[in-house]
Amino acid sequence: MSNPQQLRYSKEHEWLSAAEDGVSTVGITEHAANALGDVVYVQLPAVGDTVTAGETCGELESTKSVSDLYSPVTGEVVEANQDVVDDPSLVNTAPFEGGWLFKVRVTEEPKDLLSADEYTEFSGS
Amino acid sequence: MSTAPRLTALDAVHRALGATMTDFAGWDMPLRYGSERDEHNAVRTKAGLFDLSHMGEITVTGPQAADFLNYALVGNIGSVGTGRARYTMICQEDGGILDDLIVYRLGETEYMVVANASNAQIVLDALTARAAGFDAAVRDDRDAYALLAVQGPESPGILKSLTDADLDGLKYYAGLPGTVAGVPALIARTGYTGEDGFELFVEPRYAEELWQALTEAGAGAGLIPCGLSCRDTLRLEAGMPLYGHELTTALTPFDAGLGRVVKFEKEGDFVGREALTAAAERARIAPPRKLVGLVAQGRRVPRAGMSVVADGTVIGEVTSGAPSPTLGSPIAMAYVDAAHAAPGTEGVGVDIRGTHEPYEVVALPFYKRQK
Repeated sequence: MSNPQQLRYSKEHEWLSAAEDGVSTVGITEHAANALGDVVYVQLPAVGDTVTAGETCGELESTKSVSDLYSPVTGEVVEANQDVVDDPSLVNTAPFEGGWLFKVRVTEEPKDLLSADEYTEFSGS
Repeated sequence: MSTAPRLTALDAVHRALGATMTDFAGWDMPLRYGSERDEHNAVRTKAGLFDLSHMGEITVTGPQAADFLNYALVGNIGSVGTGRARYTMICQEDGGILDDLIVYRLGETEYMVVANASNAQIVLDALTARAAGFDAAVRDDRDAYALLAVQGPESPGILKSLTDADLDGLKYYAGLPGTVAGVPALIARTGYTGEDGFELFVEPRYAEELWQALTEAGAGAGLIPCGLSCRDTLRLEAGMPLYGHELTTALTPFDAGLGRVVKFEKEGDFVGREALTAAAERARIAPPRKLVGLVAQGRRVPRAGMSVVADGTVIGEVTSGAPSPTLGSPIAMAYVDAAHAAPGTEGVGVDIRGTHEPYEVVALPFYKRQK
């Protein structure tokens, strides 16, 4: 497993892409997806919702448990990934690609996001 | 006393396979090796290989072994033929369930009692205390056995390739001593998955050898290693109770809808007889709550402890819940008030973190294999 270099990471195991026209994509890491097991249900924030860095904005259910989804940044949700709502297993099979969760117009970024190398060390994988 | 989890004889195998491990009743056990859904589906359609060495084996021997077990347990153990097995329970004097058990009659005067890992010490202590006055010996054999299970429709073919034992003659809930892949084993046709399958009790020193032989023999048939996560969804679909969830000391077998395991007609007294007689009557006349199945209309998953609601009122509690790979929907077992227990009852929901999600009341089990 390797964490893509071009992404940044939160300690709640979300990843954040570099902004394009002010919009970043958010997902959970492969480390987090592996820890959850098979994801069976994803509840995402709705388009237009304001999300706040470090606060919950949805949930992920796996066979054994339910986990809160935290937003790694503050901003307005501009798109939610309907594909992952329809097929939550994308979170397991392609956490950094087709399993992305939502896109957000970022108004504020926390200062403690991690680089890929820092996250790898933090998560141990 | 050390709190370090106990390791099974197959621990190194699990780690080599990259299993995600979990603490279960003091044992470090494989939760899953890859996708738990794939493991579940393998058992339903092909075969799965499990390490169940955490289960607690207790051997009972002696001229009065049958009389003793008839006294200590609620079933008619004396009527079990040699080479056969019986699902039964051990209850408190007040009728509360201490554990559910499988008892194998290995010989005229020898039985093996298999308890849940979480209750093995409790069962051992209770049996030891209840043996007073009987010419029977209770032996802790937890360390004497590793337990491997091969479950799924392909399991008879896989096992046949490794043994000369008469598997066709081995009926469901029967067990016979034999040799599998050159390893001496008690071969039992039992399981906890709702599928055909076998449980193999072997000395721990043979566990790894047997695991590898089964893995190789099953490779062509689609056998994969399976963890406790899929074991839980398999038994839930099959409507099988799990101690600590559907069964507790606060419930009698009658409360759990399993009164059939209590055999009042057997000879002699048994622990709990008086209380269970009253419990049987209560369950017949005015059952407080009944164990039912719930199938989600949505996709959010019910979990043990969540409230079952109707018209804004709590009418029951979920005891087990999970996404069902076979049904494709979340399912649960729950105790609900008798008024809402009939299959098809409308307006029942589960309170999932504050939202009342609609659920359909169904009869158990959710899944029954085609024979």
